[in-house]
Amino acid sequence: MEYVSPEGLRLDGRRFNEMRQIVAEIGVVSKADGSAVFEMGNTKVIAAVYGPREIQNKSQQLKHDRALVLCEYSMAQFSTGDRRRQKQDRRTTELSLVIRQTMEACILTELMPHSQIDIFLQVLQADGGTRSACINAATLALADAGIPMRDLAVSCSAGYLNSTPLLDLNYVEDSAGGADVTVGILPKTDKMDAKLPMETFETVFALASEGCKAIAERIREVLEENTKQLEYRRAA
Amino acid sequence: MLQSKVFNKKTRGGRIQKQVREVYLRDDIYCGAFACKSCDTSAARLSSPKIIVLDTNVVLHQIDLLENQAIDNVVVLSVVLDEVKNRNRSVYNRIRALCSNPAKQFYVFSNHVHKDTYVQAMERESANDHNDRAIRVATLWYQKHLGGTSQVLLVTNDRENKRKATEEGISAETIEAYVKSIGQPDLLDLLAQPTAEDITMEDADDSRPSKRKLVYLEHKPMSEITAGLHRGIYHQGKLRVNRFNPFEAYVGSESIGEEIIIYGRSNMNRAFDGDIVAIELLPRDQWQEEKALSIAEEDEDEDDTVHLAPNSADDAPRISSLAQETSGDKNAVPARPSGRVVGVIRRNWHSYCGSLEPMSLPAGSGGTAHALFVSKDRRIPKIRINTRQLQNLLNMRIVVAVDSWDRQSRYPSGHYVRPIGKIGDRETETEVVLIENDVDYSPFSSQVLACLPPLPWSVSSEDVSNPVRQDLRHLLVFSVDPPGCKDIDDALHCTSLPNGNFEVGVHIADVTNFVHPGTPLDDEASKRGTSVYLVDRRIDMLPKPLTEDICSLRADVERLAFSVIWEMSPEAEIISTRFTKSIIKSSAALSYVEAQARMDDSRLTDTVTTDLRNMNTLAKIMRQRRIDRGALTLASAEVKFQIDTETHDPLDIGMYQIREANQMVEEFMLAANVSVAEQILNQFSSCSLLRRHPTPTREMLEPLLRTAAAIGLTLDVSSSKALADSLDRAVGEDPYFNKLIRILATRCMTQAVYFCSGDLTPPEYHHYGLAAPLYTHFTSPIRRYADVFVHRLLAASLGIYKLPTVFQDRPQLTSVADNLNYRHRNAQMASRASVELHTLIYFRNRPTDAEARVVKIRSNGFIVFVPKYGIEGPVYLTAKGEKGAGDWYVDEEKQKIVKMDGSLSYSVLQTVKIHMEVVEPQPNRPKLQLTLL
Ligand SMILES: [Zn+2]
Repeated sequence: MEYVSPEGLRLDGRRFNEMRQIVAEIGVVSKADGSAVFEMGNTKVIAAVYGPREIQNKSQQLKHDRALVLCEYSMAQFSTGDRRRQKQDRRTTELSLVIRQTMEACILTELMPHSQIDIFLQVLQADGGTRSACINAATLALADAGIPMRDLAVSCSAGYLNSTPLLDLNYVEDSAGGADVTVGILPKTDKMDAKLPMETFETVFALASEGCKAIAERIREVLEENTKQLEYRRAA
Repeated sequence: MLQSKVFNKKTRGGRIQKQVREVYLRDDIYCGAFACKSCDTSAARLSSPKIIVLDTNVVLHQIDLLENQAIDNVVVLSVVLDEVKNRNRSVYNRIRALCSNPAKQFYVFSNHVHKDTYVQAMERESANDHNDRAIRVATLWYQKHLGGTSQVLLVTNDRENKRKATEEGISAETIEAYVKSIGQPDLLDLLAQPTAEDITMEDADDSRPSKRKLVYLEHKPMSEITAGLHRGIYHQGKLRVNRFNPFEAYVGSESIGEEIIIYGRSNMNRAFDGDIVAIELLPRDQWQEEKALSIAEEDEDEDDTVHLAPNSADDAPRISSLAQETSGDKNAVPARPSGRVVGVIRRNWHSYCGSLEPMSLPAGSGGTAHALFVSKDRRIPKIRINTRQLQNLLNMRIVVAVDSWDRQSRYPSGHYVRPIGKIGDRETETEVVLIENDVDYSPFSSQVLACLPPLPWSVSSEDVSNPVRQDLRHLLVFSVDPPGCKDIDDALHCTSLPNGNFEVGVHIADVTNFVHPGTPLDDEASKRGTSVYLVDRRIDMLPKPLTEDICSLRADVERLAFSVIWEMSPEAEIISTRFTKSIIKSSAALSYVEAQARMDDSRLTDTVTTDLRNMNTLAKIMRQRRIDRGALTLASAEVKFQIDTETHDPLDIGMYQIREANQMVEEFMLAANVSVAEQILNQFSSCSLLRRHPTPTREMLEPLLRTAAAIGLTLDVSSSKALADSLDRAVGEDPYFNKLIRILATRCMTQAVYFCSGDLTPPEYHHYGLAAPLYTHFTSPIRRYADVFVHRLLAASLGIYKLPTVFQDRPQLTSVADNLNYRHRNAQMASRASVELHTLIYFRNRPTDAEARVVKIRSNGFIVFVPKYGIEGPVYLTAKGEKGAGDWYVDEEKQKIVKMDGSLSYSVLQTVKIHMEVVEPQPNRPKLQLTLL
């Protein structure tokens, strides 16, 4: 299968180092303390954050000196069509865990002892890169909720197909069986699905990191825009 | 700019699923014209102010024309490329090659993502109409974009598209009109014949009466075929035409589970070898009757030509002779199901090499002549072509492509593609051999060459410090090969151990250290499958720097190897086996002759010679043990040419002499292959690549048994051991007799084949000829891809690296094995054809007398085998055409042809003296003729 034409165009018209269109918006769930929608092309994730609040279930409280971060991830029935039902459970648990660890590492939990932060993520449409979209949406929602963070956690994927490193894989590219790397900047690199020789890995990793920087830029813009609007409202 | 493409797709369960795909429309797609003022021209290709845009049908059907240098300044749209890719992969590869060829000005315009030429599908618009519209939109864009600076012409043979284009203000032409407008009438030969949907050529072949007799039955429509396959009344399979009798074909069908025979051209119903066809079975009572008929039809018999003696059953006709069919006991051959073709599901049409049937030039010149093309490949029917240059083509080997075959024509129609050269010319005929056997002899692409390590290459310090690589440079390693061998795959060492045992090592070039899975280099090697050895050249599987330098285990240089090392007792029992990647430094690259001379020269006592002698002693024991186990010492008539270094013509020809040194090397290679086969199968029971040699059936050995019986020799064929013993006992009065019997035995057997261990059960893994339960190929990775594959398996079994993903994909693995068998077979046929060609050239000016042995009796003479030259051919006792003139009769049982008056007779295996001479019964069609002295 030809995922990149000899003219250097991917199936959806992008070049190797181009990200899909990003749409980000915060404050979309009125009842939540913080919320956001994050879209990368056809992949669309909504995040809602509740907290910091009092710990609901005392038995879960292991350490009192920092906040407990919980994450629930789900996928809308209609989000993927019919593609991957069986593996959903394992994937769901695994994803929740990865996202929780990523967010926990970036929240200044020690500033909020005896409290709990809940992050709810729902994938509305899945077209590749859901893991990254979830992390980006969660970051925005946490910022919206005013939860103190070390830095913005952002994520972007990159893969390697037809001997070309590709930024931000869509579903078709993601299912091609090539190697892909999801890079979460700030806490740690998380996962790689297939094996890559070291030098290839480095180029793919560098590409994903570039993607992360671009996303971080975008998220900052959204947040700054929001701050301006708040200031404007306050002034009015 | 973003466009969402939404389309509905039916899932397998029948539900409708909505799929949304994005398209990012761009403003950085440039027109590719150097003259353009508004575009970036750094990647421009189009220099002429006359630009043509091609419609899909033109690319699909006229690729031969497009490859001609007269066609240039072409815009190839991405929608066109996409459709071509879906419809015909081979044409797609060719048009892509044109687009990337720097000598051509073919520019790919990605119209499907350009902001001004993206075309959204309209409701109820067919995919075809949508594409046509996109092509017109793009052409119109070019016309406007380039304004007055260039003329843009749409070339289409789709009548509807042409009409719409003209309406929309686009200049459009048919390909015929375009070719005529550029004033090169010879190019018209390259045009494919139009099919019904296309615009008829203006000068279409008017000699074809519109209402002609139907020669063939109709092909059922696809819907009916699908339904028929579903209901089990039709069967699907690949049609394979008998190489030795083009009027007979076979279809292996899964639904029947048995091979179905198709007799005669009318039952084949216009299907070509390799086509995927749908067939229906004939009523049972027609099965036998058809068979008799087809043999009568088979009048142009294959035995008519002198050819290289067959080396295996694969080289010989499947149904050996008429006599066998009719004289054998009536129940011996059960009726096999026969059928006929009702439709062609997928064509395997490609281009074919051959020449035009000799004909007289039509009166006047310059006009179009109708000629019949005869392919070198006998399985292909004659092809009708039109040409305006008959005179130039008559004495040429040419390439012709097939375009269509309608019910009214006895033969398919095609068009002339290109000349290869003059008939009989060595270069030309060699190229024909390569094309005919589907051997890719094109130079390696730049992508493939880019995978090579930089030169000069040498063992690096990382290689030395690599923990998986053992440093064996201290060992006295040497290689033994044919003289002048440059691609040295293997080297050996043998040292005495203090305990009286020997350490013997087989070191094989570490090709997989340089050829990595998934790279263009690996893909290319996997496609080629093997190097091809012709008399005067070698077509490599891997690029030369790897073959002759980096991988080749040459003397006095450090090289990477994959080693099999045994501890062996003086009785050649394997005490232990280990495998390791290694670094070696060969101290000598010996030829067989040199190695033999050293061993024979008792004055020499140097280490290399001592090691050689020790190895030879071990090898002899191993060989004897193998023979005791029942391995067959088969024989084939391999010939060797001595080639003039300047003219490349053969100077001398003779049997290839096998020395002990050859057998010694062979023995250790066999042992290494067996050890590796055991190791990989042990680790990867379902995805190992092995090699099996099927046990010949009694039916296959029938010709041998009949010949033996005729001379009063009984052979026990109940097992390979029994056969081996019988062959040992078959000693005649002359020394050559035993070898002759072995040669006849060998040609009854099929060849060994590669397979994937998961596809068969362990008893089927057996290698009959070697009497080995397991066998594979490990020792020649420079020239065989199977060995590359096996190196990866072995490395993975040792934990050196992970098994590439292809090993998890069984169907993929099976297709790799199938391709290797196909390539291997083709390489052998190409080698044989090359030897036949050089034999003919050799005898052209050298009429020769020789001794020959009768190997088969026929009604009007017999077939002789000429051991000295390894060839076989007919000797006629009655002139051709006077078959059964009554002077001679055949004694079937004694395999004897006797003169009516009893004065003279010839029996099978008898020695006769013959005269060999090249004659030209037809101009430019030289052939070797054998006559009795
Ligand atoms: Zn332009």
